[in-house]
Amino acid sequence: MTASALRKPAPKPPLLEVSGLSKSYGTQVGCRDISFAVRPGEVLGIVGESGSGKSTLLACLSGRLQPDTGSISYDMKDRGPVDILTLCEPERRRLARTDWGIVHQNPRDGLRLDVSAGGNIGERPMALGARHYGNIRTEAQDWLQKVEIDLARTDDRPRTFSGGMQQRLQIARNLVTRPRLVFMDEPTGGLDVSVQARLLDLLRGLVRELGVAAIIVTHDLAVVRLLADRLMVMQRGRVIEEGLTDQVLDDPHHPYTQLLVSSVLQV
Amino acid sequence: MSAGTTMNHSDNGYNFAYLDEQTKRMIRRSLLKALSIPGYQVPFGGREMPLAYGWGTGGIQVTAAVIGPDDWLKVIDQGADDTTNAVSIRRFFQTVADVAVTESTEVATIIQTRHRIPETPLKEGQVLVYQVPQPEPLQKIEPRETETRKMHAYAEYGAMQVTLYEDVAHFGRIAKTYDYPAIVNGRHLMSPSPIPKFDNPKMENNPAIQLFGAGREKRIYAVPPYTSVRSLDFDDHPFEVQTWKGSCALCGSTTSYLDEMITDDRGSRMFVCSDTDFCNTRQAEAASAPDDKAAGEDA
Ligand SMILES: Nc1ncnc2c1ncn2[C@@H]1O[C@H](COP(=O)(O)OP(=O)(O)OP(=O)(O)O)[C@@H](O)[C@H]1O
Ligand SMILES: [Mg+2]
Ligand SMILES: [Zn+2]
Repeated sequence: MTASALRKPAPKPPLLEVSGLSKSYGTQVGCRDISFAVRPGEVLGIVGESGSGKSTLLACLSGRLQPDTGSISYDMKDRGPVDILTLCEPERRRLARTDWGIVHQNPRDGLRLDVSAGGNIGERPMALGARHYGNIRTEAQDWLQKVEIDLARTDDRPRTFSGGMQQRLQIARNLVTRPRLVFMDEPTGGLDVSVQARLLDLLRGLVRELGVAAIIVTHDLAVVRLLADRLMVMQRGRVIEEGLTDQVLDDPHHPYTQLLVSSVLQV
Repeated sequence: MSAGTTMNHSDNGYNFAYLDEQTKRMIRRSLLKALSIPGYQVPFGGREMPLAYGWGTGGIQVTAAVIGPDDWLKVIDQGADDTTNAVSIRRFFQTVADVAVTESTEVATIIQTRHRIPETPLKEGQVLVYQVPQPEPLQKIEPRETETRKMHAYAEYGAMQVTLYEDVAHFGRIAKTYDYPAIVNGRHLMSPSPIPKFDNPKMENNPAIQLFGAGREKRIYAVPPYTSVRSLDFDDHPFEVQTWKGSCALCGSTTSYLDEMITDDRGSRMFVCSDTDFCNTRQAEAASAPDDKAAGEDA
């Protein structure tokens, strides 16, 4: 082996590689012929107007919807790249609750509202076999601190939490097993602007600290500006522009992206 | 369980054990499936029984499917043979199957039960039939049946552990005292019916066949003889059974499950065995046996 080979390691292989992904609802196009890759630790933003196919794409990626065509290759910890569409259901569910996280727009879909905050965070570790109450609780409280929820609320049910707290709890509940890829659908949607800002700061810190890769769907360009390394713009089910976030936002090529960026700037 | 000779129609116009032969065969097939996948809930085409749900229709159908003319049937409710539910089920089988009935756990070949496992250890060849009101242990945490089915299929039981976590978080200990969830044969999560957790250890490695029938939900499940039944817990909050300070006021037992009884209208209390056959047998033995202490002094 030469010295230069030692100094220049090969670029990290993609964590997720999507190619030719399409999904229709009858005659209605959901998303069409989507291809892209996400590398470990990379944050990809997906923006586009309402109905452009963002949620459809995310649901296909995270195993909640079966695409019509295409492949989704994921670099599994113990097996290397695998087309997750060929995994059997229990394998896919296991992947989804260990190596992935899913943060839903509505915390009701991602939390157990009648289980304490500690129990919500402890569920994944317990599903993986944790059986020491004291350790499970300590870990849950570590995460409550990370997402800035007062430890006095450990045993309270998230039903009694504010929207921002619920969203932060959802993030903790997902990140506790140290997933390598997190899917987020409008994580700041429905929150006050000031609450959004705090959540974004927190998310940015956690994503950096943990080195987790993330795919964040949003219609809010401020979110991608702050969080995303790269950006895909969708329109009518297709990706019409993609690139480094700053490049796309500062120098949009596609007329639709130009419109999107300018309309945001007017706000 | 001698199901071969049940074709006779008795004078009262019912087929032996009330159910028609086709239904019994269908239930037996479900039972065999249940025995071969310990703890797995097998759906069965439950029949309407001449009793309301909540009175043990699931258990009765299971008993009807396995009982034969040579069996000795015992029926208990809260450990007692003489409660309304136990008496009416026993009468039912006397009427429709003309079988011998007994209160003795020793003698019985089939024991149908609600709320208890007898204290007297069961033997090979005996069948314990549980009446189950709610067979799905995950129901409280996950109401969607499509989802609970998958959770069982893929052994995803983390959510059940969450209910125990909630207990410890709110009460400092696992508060569940009956219908305490257990893993059967290292695989399926099972609701043991509303028996006290005191009885959970008896299910483990039991020589008898344990059959569970849920009438309303139309589910059958089973624990074959000598099968592991592990109650869920935490390493630092291990599973424990109930204990009592004193002993049974009637037979002196210190190892049985005790019920608190109010003995007069001034609120005096005493603790007695919930298993009446066990308690009566011990009292009879004590009365007939030579006094140990006196014998010792004689020597
Ligand atoms: N279950 C469904 N049945 C039929 N059509 C659907 C369904 N879900 C989505 N669609 C359609 O697919 C297209 C893409 O919808 P999708 O929800 O993916 O868009 P989106 O980009 O997430 O929009 P939004 O920003 O409003 O959340 C839309 O035309 C939508 O009407
Ligand atoms: Mg959407
Ligand atoms: Zn007694």
